[in-house]
Parts: sequence; structure tokens; C-alpha cells
Amino acid sequence: MTDAAIIEEIAMKYLCLIYNDEREMGTTPRPDTDKMMAEYFQFTEDIKKSGHYVGGDALQPTTTATTVRVRQNKVSATDGPFAETKEQLGGFYMINAKDLNDAIQVASRIPGAKTGSVEVRPVRVFAQQ
Amino acid sequence: MTEDHVRDRIDEVYRSDSRRVLATLIRLLGDFERAEEALHDAFAAALDTWPRDGIPANPRAWLVSTGRFKAIDRLRRAARFEAAVGELATQIEPVALPDSELIEENSDVADDRLRLIFTCCHPALNADARIALTLREVCGLETEQIAKAFLTSAPTLAQRIVRAKTKIRDARIPYQVPAREDLADRLATVLHVVYLVFNEGYSASAGDVVTRADLSAEAIRLGRLLVELLPEPEAVGLLALMLLHDARREARTSGDGELILLEAQDRSLWNRAQIDEGLSLVERALSSRQVGPYSLQAAIAAVHAEARDAASTDWRQIVGLYDVLLRLDPTPVVELNRAAAVAMFDGPAAGLALIDAILVRGDLADYHLTHSARAELLRRLGRAADARAAYERALELTTQQPERRFLERRIAAIR
Repeated sequence: MTDAAIIEEIAMKYLCLIYNDEREMGTTPRPDTDKMMAEYFQFTEDIKKSGHYVGGDALQPTTTATTVRVRQNKVSATDGPFAETKEQLGGFYMINAKDLNDAIQVASRIPGAKTGSVEVRPVRVFAQQ
Repeated sequence: MTEDHVRDRIDEVYRSDSRRVLATLIRLLGDFERAEEALHDAFAAALDTWPRDGIPANPRAWLVSTGRFKAIDRLRRAARFEAAVGELATQIEPVALPDSELIEENSDVADDRLRLIFTCCHPALNADARIALTLREVCGLETEQIAKAFLTSAPTLAQRIVRAKTKIRDARIPYQVPAREDLADRLATVLHVVYLVFNEGYSASAGDVVTRADLSAEAIRLGRLLVELLPEPEAVGLLALMLLHDARREARTSGDGELILLEAQDRSLWNRAQIDEGLSLVERALSSRQVGPYSLQAAIAAVHAEARDAASTDWRQIVGLYDVLLRLDPTPVVELNRAAAVAMFDGPAAGLALIDAILVRGDLADYHLTHSARAELLRRLGRAADARAAYERALELTTQQPERRFLERRIAAIR
């Protein structure tokens, strides 16, 4: 069996949440953002080949975010959140990995890990009925 | 053999082998809790059958295979209620391996304790939890003992251990020795855990007594285990460092529990056998091409150990070793220790200038040892008022009782 096939066979899913300072993203010079894009493109290709990739996307900045709540059957949609935190969620990958060490190895290659941070969360599996 | 003899023998096997059996059961059963239950069941079965049937030729192999079968039994019983668990029972029961194959000369089994150490010290676990889990699972200390040693409540500590085990299971922290390319980093985390345990035992951070010998002894046992299983230079260096420091234990406190500084210690009380072992380990660690911070600190301790008295200490060599250490580990604490050594070699004024430079930069201002070291140098320079102020600052920052009394005596002596 190839490595990719083994990973699919016994894998567990992890969500890698990529946090970066989005204000910095706005002020980064064009050649640098192009380089970053190329790195992300390459990384995505690599983890598709290795069988780790399940899905992933980049997000628009938090200024475009809307928070939805339902209270007493009433829907409220508000602007934000505008958290005071230094880093904001800017994108994610859903990956297959054979264990946490494997997931950490993949997450450490996400280009955003060099400037921001990546939170690795195992996906919870509910028993099938 | 009488029944009492058998019981004594079982106690002995428990002390010497229960952690190895546990480590192998965790690998075979894939779960900490299940392995602990299986270990318990296996020893219960031993108490039951060994007095009747005699002690097996290989008690450890017997315990592993009995524990494994007991675990499968438990899962089968649970399976009557839950279909999903039944599947698990078949998963961990692939083939009935002969006992000898399960236990003898199998590199998997030899590595089990190392796997257990690396899993308990995984960097993805909370730093306090790593220490608690290592003492609980690798050393086999009771939760109450660990809580007492670290001055926390047993429920808090138990919760910490449970959370860590839950994370190991749910985030799937693997039960394995890290790959070659990660080994250096991961070993550093393990050594750090061992060193923290030792330090807490050697220089308790708070409380009534200076040292808690049992924690230091556990750390040294862990250090020996690491050197046996994975003789990397820094593991050797750390063991040397712990042995050399621990050798001074008897001389570090007076009969009534008061702290005695290195320069005033009765060196005939130092444990010579331990020093000799430490010295040969230092040599071994330093002969490797990669000299790390633990080996260098051990080398410094070795210079002290080789000096007949404080006055004949080779301070030039100690300063030189600190220079190298500072390059490898450029932290303010190392800088402070180097300053103290410089004070011994070049005089108190030179040392004081270095400590003041650290403080001016804004580092170590809340560290009691910065102020007590500074006070000591000011006292030697005859600056009584400044020395007293510095001792008082150190006293404010110290929570450990014997150290507080030491500082109070110093302050009283100045007045």
C-alpha cells in the first residue's frame, strides 16, 4: 500500500485553523503576497499528493463577518465579531492524518504558521447508529 | 514456598516490573485506562493463582499476557451491551502470540518504556500535566504522593492527569518513539521534565524543607532509565548533573534544616561514590561531538566536585564553561550564574557590574536569587546599606522557609 492509501485507511480528521494578523495582510507588499500565494498553492498540491488533504479555503477578513444568534425564536444578525485578539482566523485546512504527530507535521508546513499560528483540532466522531 | 513468600515476591515484581508491564499493555491495548485496569487485573490474578500454581518462570510475560486476556474479557462483557466495543475486542486479539514472542528480546517490548516516556512528555500536553503524568505512569507514584510533593491538592492533580489522558486518546497522540528528525527536540522536552522533577526535589520552590529527596531520587531513576534506553549525550549529561548536585545533599542543610551555601559546606559529607559516577558520565557526555547545556552544567558541577575546598576552586575554568553555556543557552539566569562565577574569579565589583547590567535591561527583577547574589557582593564590597536593601528585596520574593531564614540571618548580621 502507498503512504497515501495507508493514511486514507486509518486516518483521523483534524481541522487546522490558521490565525494571522489580518491588518498585516493588508499592508504586505504585492510581491510578498504573490510569493505567499505560490507557497499555499504548492503546499495544497503537496498534501493532495500525500493523501492528507480533505478540504480548505482562505477567508475574507473579519470586517466581512456577521454573527448570527437565535434567542427566543428571534434571529439576530450583527456585524462582527471584532475580537481584540492580535490574530484572526484567516483560513483553514481539513486534513486526514494518522495521528497527532502526523497532523503537527502537516500543520507545520502551512505557510501561515511562519508568521501566525495554526490551531490543530481533532474532529469529533459520533458513533454511527 | 509459603504463601507469605509468594506475596513478598509479588510485591517485589510489582515494584520492579509493573511499569514495564503497563508500558507494554498500553501498546497492546492502545489505551491508558484500559491498560491500567488490565495491570490491576493481572496482579489480582497473580495473588490468586501464584500461591497455588507457583511463580511462573517469566513473571513479566505472564502478567502481560494475563493482563491482555483480562482486557479482552472486559471488552467482550461490555460488548454484550454495546456492539461497537465488540469490534474492538477482535482488533486487539489478532493472534494468540506465544508468551515468549510477546515479551522476549523483542525490540517493541524494549521500546515500550521509551514510548511511554515520550507520550507522557509530548509537547502537545500542558507542561504541568507532563510532569504529573510522567511521575504517575512512568515512575508509578500515587496521585496523592505527587500532589503532596508539588503542594497541590490530589483532586487538582488527578484532574490534570485525566485531562492529559483524554487528550492523548482524543487527539490521538501516538504511542511511539519520535522519528529520527524529531528526536533531538522531543528528547529536550523529556529531559526538561526530568530536570524540573529533580529541581523541585532538590530545591523545593516553597514550603518548610529545602529538599524533597524522594522527588530527586525519582528524577535520577528516570535519568538512569533514559541513559539505558537512549544514551544520547544530553541524557548522559543530565544524569551526571543530577548525580553531582544530589551528592551535596547531606552538606546543603544543617542538622536543624538550615541552608548552607556551597562555599561553607563540609565537603567530607559529599557523596563520593555518586560524585565519581557523575564525573565519569561528564567525561562521556563531553567526549561526544554535540555538547549541550546539561552536559556543560554538569561539567561546571564537576569542577566544584573536584575542588578540595571553596578557595581552591578553579573559577577560571568555571567562567570559561559559563561562557560556552551562555552561547548555547543565552538566558538571563545563565548570565546571572556566570556573573556569580566572575565575582569569584575577578572580584565582587566585576560580578556586581554584570548583575546590574541584567537588572538595567529589565530582566530577573522579580527573581529572588538576583537580589540575594547582588546583596552578597555588596556585602563583600562593604556597602552595608545597599546590601541590606538587596537582602530585603530578596526576602520579599522568597517563599521557601529555610531560604527566608537564611536571608533573615544575613540581614541581622549587617545591622
